[in-house]
Amino acid sequence: MEDMRLADRTASARENKITARGVQVYYGTNHAIKDVDVDIADRTVTAFIGPSGCGKSTFLRCLNRMNDTIPICRVEGRIEIDGEDIYDKRVDPVQLRARVGMVFQKPNPFPKSIYDNVAYGPRIHGLTRNRAELDEVVEKSLRRAALWNEVKDRLTSPGTGLSGGQQQRLCIARAVATSPEVLLMDEPCSALDPIATAQVEELIDELRENFSVVIVTHSMQQAARVSQRTAFFHLGNLVEFGETGQIFTNPRDPRTEAYITGRIG
Amino acid sequence: MNIAVLVLIVLAISAAGYVLGRHRALSGAQGDRRNLHSLIGYYGQTVFLFASVPALFLLAVWLFLQPMLIEARVGAMIQPSDIPEGGSATLVMSDVRRLAEGLDAAIASGAVTEEALAGLQAGDAELGSLLSDAGVALGAELRPNVLEAAKAYRSDSHGARLALTAAVIAVSLVGALLSLLRVSPEYRARNVFERFVLAALIASSLVAVLTTAGIIASLLFESIHFFQLYPAKDFFLSLTWNPQFRGGSDLGIWPLLWGTLYVSFVALIFAVPVGLLIAIYLSEYASKRLRTFAKPAIEILAGIPTIVYGLFALITVGPLLRDYFAQPLGLGTSSASVMTAGLVMGIMLIPFVSSLSDDIINAVPQSLRDGSFAIGATQSETVRQVILPAALPGIVGAILLAASRAIGETMIVVMGAGAAAKLDLNPFQAMTTITVKIVSQLTGDTEFASPETLVAFALGMMLFLFTLVLNVLALVVVRKYREQYE
Ligand SMILES: Nc1ncnc2c1ncn2[C@@H]1O[C@H](COP(=O)(O)OP(=O)(O)OP(=O)(O)O)[C@@H](O)[C@H]1O
Ligand SMILES: [Mg+2]
Repeated sequence: MEDMRLADRTASARENKITARGVQVYYGTNHAIKDVDVDIADRTVTAFIGPSGCGKSTFLRCLNRMNDTIPICRVEGRIEIDGEDIYDKRVDPVQLRARVGMVFQKPNPFPKSIYDNVAYGPRIHGLTRNRAELDEVVEKSLRRAALWNEVKDRLTSPGTGLSGGQQQRLCIARAVATSPEVLLMDEPCSALDPIATAQVEELIDELRENFSVVIVTHSMQQAARVSQRTAFFHLGNLVEFGETGQIFTNPRDPRTEAYITGRIG
Repeated sequence: MNIAVLVLIVLAISAAGYVLGRHRALSGAQGDRRNLHSLIGYYGQTVFLFASVPALFLLAVWLFLQPMLIEARVGAMIQPSDIPEGGSATLVMSDVRRLAEGLDAAIASGAVTEEALAGLQAGDAELGSLLSDAGVALGAELRPNVLEAAKAYRSDSHGARLALTAAVIAVSLVGALLSLLRVSPEYRARNVFERFVLAALIASSLVAVLTTAGIIASLLFESIHFFQLYPAKDFFLSLTWNPQFRGGSDLGIWPLLWGTLYVSFVALIFAVPVGLLIAIYLSEYASKRLRTFAKPAIEILAGIPTIVYGLFALITVGPLLRDYFAQPLGLGTSSASVMTAGLVMGIMLIPFVSSLSDDIINAVPQSLRDGSFAIGATQSETVRQVILPAALPGIVGAILLAASRAIGETMIVVMGAGAAAKLDLNPFQAMTTITVKIVSQLTGDTEFASPETLVAFALGMMLFLFTLVLNVLALVVVRKYREQYE
């Protein structure tokens, strides 16, 4: 636990990337997120844990306004990235999502070549001036996702033809290719085997150098391994939020302790 | 004996078999149904099936074959001299059948006895009055051979009917008995029943397959007949279509094929973009409420009978195109044109394309949309770059299916495109299609002996091959698409 404490200390020294205040989310009449306040630090991995249906994904999707695509969903409260309210009328959700990338639970490569999958974001946002630059971005992203060596000889073959773990890393490469400032990951390892999971976890640790990462996970071990801060959700409430070491060794709330020791879930 | 009564008897035997089968199974198990291999109902059902299905099958086959066999026998009694000038053997045969029915009716009403009937001769006045009482009007004079044939027809039918009754009842009883004997507590009635169901399902699908095979065979047979009368080289290579009913016609398929493809092309050029845009709007942009209202509204278009579209082409679209486009541009003066038929057919195909494509676009997993939005793509970028590529094979399949409908369409082209077989590039000219010519070659006083009528079968064969290829292509493409998401 000693080295984890060290990591926490570096984390708490960083400034806040995202601040959420009084966030409420409704699906029709279903009140899914109840008055949540969270600060997400820059260049830190923050884990969201909690029993199924407690609203982790819902809250995560608030951070890049993916909930806009669900007609019945309503978000209240204030969420700021670098001090700028992302639900402000002047903010274009499309631009926002280029800054806040997302990786989903199930790998969802597009029915395109591996290259085109990674180049998708840079192309639609016009991030490169020529083909050589694009090649460079694609290679860098694939290297970051620890996939380059496996696919460098078949960049033109379809992304859907990769294995599940490779597909998920391809999706991570696709997300980092737009150089987002924040990367949201919703249970990114739930479809992966232990080896691929370890690779992705290693990758998350590396990504921390450049991005702030928010990861939803059902695995306590994973949260403890990769995150510096942990937020515990329960029935739509944020029960406890603090340094990962503290949450797992010395939880303040009895519900957190019950969940971590496996008594509620 | 009446067929309905016979069926009832078979069902009665089967019902008795059902009760006995249950009973026997239960008594074999000492009255405890838990000792049985299968649920008790299965024992009864098995006996029922063995008693009824083979017997009814025999009945059906027999009824199908009997008239053919008897007519072949009786037909041999009629000499060529019995066939009147201008008539045919089939006409005489139907006279024989009517006579036989008349005689049956006469005996049933008690107007004559069997013995008296056997002695009657063709010239007898008594016979004429008997028949007219029974409601059979004789045309020309009754030839002796025909009367004898009718008598033979009667006696054959009666004999056959008796044999049929006996055979069917026997098969039913034997089936019931044999299956009853097999009933015991260990008997796997459940599995036997399962196999019976399987056999029944296979038999039903065989009906469809065999019918298709039959249709193809008859097309093929008549086409071969045609090519014996008319050189295949001319049919496939000649550029003129000019049938003469006195013989010496030019029957080249090219003008018709060209018309068919041209009209279908115009229709697809119109229907595919519009249908596709509708599908994209409905599946990606429209709100749920609009969708539930708009989708059925568009599909109503698909329910309009094609003859109504034909009227629309003839009365509205044709004159409109002629007055506002063809004549001012100096392209033609005919209201029937490729453009008219193509446009109206395009309207007909819109719901076809849009509803198939809509289903296909909806089948694209939501996760792909989420993935694209999460990178910061707009809705139209997502549609163009992710959804359409993912749905493309399915959409191509839908277009191929629409094309095969367009090629086979008849009514709209009859009324919209005209009947002139021409090879022309001008879309405001009247042209015609394969389907139209099949209709026109077969209407009127026809006898299937001349190349002018038989050509319809060769044309039908070509049409069939064309749509078959398109459908197979569409199936292959659609199947490939399915694999991608499984
Ligand atoms: N698209 C939606 N429409 C309506 N209700 C939704 C929708 N998505 C989520 N909900 C509801 O919001 C609540 C929170 O769901 P959410 O998916 O955020 O849970 P979660 O913590 O991610 O669960 P899990 O761990 O199982 O993924 C649940 O009660 C769920 O029923
Ligand atoms: Mg979730």
